Amino acid sequence: MKPRFDIIRASRWFFLLSGAITVAGIIVFALFGFNLSTDFKSGSEVQFELNQRVPDARVRQMFASIGLPLGDTSLTVGGIQQNVVMVTLPEQLTAKQISEIQSAEHRFFPDAKQDIQVNSVDPFVAEQTARKAVYAVLAAAACIVVYIAIRFEFRFAISGIIALLHDAFIVLAAFALLRREVDLTFVAALLTIVGYSINDTIVIFDRIRENLKLDKPETVEELRTVVNKSLWQVMNRSIRTVLTVLIAAVILYFFGGISIRNFTFALIIGLVSGAYSSIFIASPIWVAWRSRSMKRADGDHAAPIPE
Amino acid sequence: MKWGRLLAFLAMVAVVLGLTVSTGPNIWKSIPLGLDLKGGVDLLYAVDTPKGQPLDSTGKAALVRAIEMRVNSLGVSSPIIQLEGRNQLGQDQIRVEVAGVKNQQEAVNVIGATAQLAIYGSAKVDPKSGKIVPVGAPLATGADLKSNAHWVVDQQTGQNAVAIEFKDASLWTSITKRYLQKPIYVFLNGQLLTNPVIEQVMYTGQSEISGGNLTTPQACMDLANELNAGALPYPLTLESETSVGPTLGATSLHRTLVAGIIAVVLIFAFMIAAYRMAGLIADIALVAYGYLTLLTFAGLHVVLTLSGLAALILGVGIAVDANIITYERIKDEVRNGRSLRSAVRIGNRNAFRTIVDSNATTFIAGLIMYIFGGEGDVRGFAVALMVGIIVSLLTAVLFARAMLLTFTAAQAIKNPWWYGAPRGVVKSREAKV
Repeated sequence: MKPRFDIIRASRWFFLLSGAITVAGIIVFALFGFNLSTDFKSGSEVQFELNQRVPDARVRQMFASIGLPLGDTSLTVGGIQQNVVMVTLPEQLTAKQISEIQSAEHRFFPDAKQDIQVNSVDPFVAEQTARKAVYAVLAAAACIVVYIAIRFEFRFAISGIIALLHDAFIVLAAFALLRREVDLTFVAALLTIVGYSINDTIVIFDRIRENLKLDKPETVEELRTVVNKSLWQVMNRSIRTVLTVLIAAVILYFFGGISIRNFTFALIIGLVSGAYSSIFIASPIWVAWRSRSMKRADGDHAAPIPE
Repeated sequence: MKWGRLLAFLAMVAVVLGLTVSTGPNIWKSIPLGLDLKGGVDLLYAVDTPKGQPLDSTGKAALVRAIEMRVNSLGVSSPIIQLEGRNQLGQDQIRVEVAGVKNQQEAVNVIGATAQLAIYGSAKVDPKSGKIVPVGAPLATGADLKSNAHWVVDQQTGQNAVAIEFKDASLWTSITKRYLQKPIYVFLNGQLLTNPVIEQVMYTGQSEISGGNLTTPQACMDLANELNAGALPYPLTLESETSVGPTLGATSLHRTLVAGIIAVVLIFAFMIAAYRMAGLIADIALVAYGYLTLLTFAGLHVVLTLSGLAALILGVGIAVDANIITYERIKDEVRNGRSLRSAVRIGNRNAFRTIVDSNATTFIAGLIMYIFGGEGDVRGFAVALMVGIIVSLLTAVLFARAMLLTFTAAQAIKNPWWYGAPRGVVKSREAKV
């Protein structure tokens, strides 16, 4: 693709945009936190499918009838036909409560498609899962830095990791802003995004590395031109690849199971962000860092020569 | 036109499509489905060892055997039983996943019930249920037995029997003295297991159980296993219980599959629109990718979960990316004025390093996920991702390259436009020639 505009020169606007989303996400996160699912906190989730659109009031009535009044946010309706009831309760349900809910379901919805299913998570198990997820992200980032530093150079590694963390932050910010539920599949999605983001970034860095060998830029201006040229050379591939993956993610979001909807939503945000950050964040950061080193080297070089 | 090359190309296509169509459906059926797809229960228990001692290996084996027995009694088979790390009290944890359970509560009750072996001096038939129930306090329990019951052939009678041994020999001596020539009643989890008649006073603490239906070595080994399991004095505490209704699981699976097929069809169409003949070759490589991934899953007995399935479909994207990178490179080379065949060769070579580097990093992420992700969804996802990356390197890179090189060598279609190059490039090249 022919260069349409100078990406490197316009990079401050991209930094601003990403910064704004991240800051907004952090503010919302600080004020409200994440909307954590029962995977990540103790409690129970009751789910059942009706063969009708879920009548909100009647479900609340059903739970109130057995002494479990529902809060404003604890009832979610899912399914393409809006026929799946998902209720989150802050307590661990006892076997007696479960059978009470079951008989209440039969009473209130005699022609329901299925019996209730109850998911309950012990806080300890949830904490263990969350901790493992955090370790996984940090360990993966560290291993990726080492790999890129060996295969490319250290500056590429750090720029790539910044873009990767940027994508993770954007997805976290989006989930905090949109009050989407963070469940265990979200962790898997986040890790995929981490993998995709770095995968996408490497392809671009690889082209920059190749063009550096061909063009051997000596000034900051030449360096910018080479990088800008590289970015536009791989633009076609970047757009087409993210389009194919997005086709899969978007179709899965709309037509896949309800239980993976949060997962695919995170993927969609993360894929777009991953493709975007490789071009508009990772490469400009690398250019800024590299040109700084170039200037310093020039300065050292120029100093001893008296005019 | 070189017919030999063209035939070789067509043979490759025929093998892929033939294998996929003929054996694909059976392979798909042989892949075990996870709880979220099939429905069932996932139970996490803490093991209450005496004084909080850690479980030793024989204790672990006996515990797994005890749980298997209970699951089998539910009428469903092949539970996934895993020992997990410690909880905050330092207790060992054991996870039991049973797919296909209809009654969750029954499963919880049967699996979680403490294994209770008890020997009673008398028993009676309960008038209500018609079952034999014990009377009075037990003479001895599983805690009094060593976990070393085994099948033996009685030296004197030549009959099959089960050898048992008491930890405290004097206890058995006193029981056999009291019940000489009388029956004793051995109950496991409240059900009568056997009611042998004491024939002599025992002083060594060792004994044999025979009679009843203990006629074959298999029956004796089964009882020995049950006794060893029953003799296990570890109560289990239910820590977490997750149930997935099979109906919703089936709906989700069906929906995800339909979504996957729609996505694949769209990706196929997109590739053909973007790269024409080369796109079609990429699509055939994608079919090979799908086939090989399923084959790997079936071969490794990987349990397929919903997020694993999503990772496989995402893997399609990774595979397609490899083709896109290669074809864009080929276009570059055509633009630089190379002939089609040398552009294909050079383009493939240049793209290969990029693809390996980018996939290696994603693979590292998958591997780290596998190591640190714990059990369940994250690990299933990681396995699917890693399998997807390796298979995509084989199909989208190596196999697609072989197909493309063979097809271009056949010289059936020479115009680079058919390989994704834009019209302008082709015209200017033709003008040059």
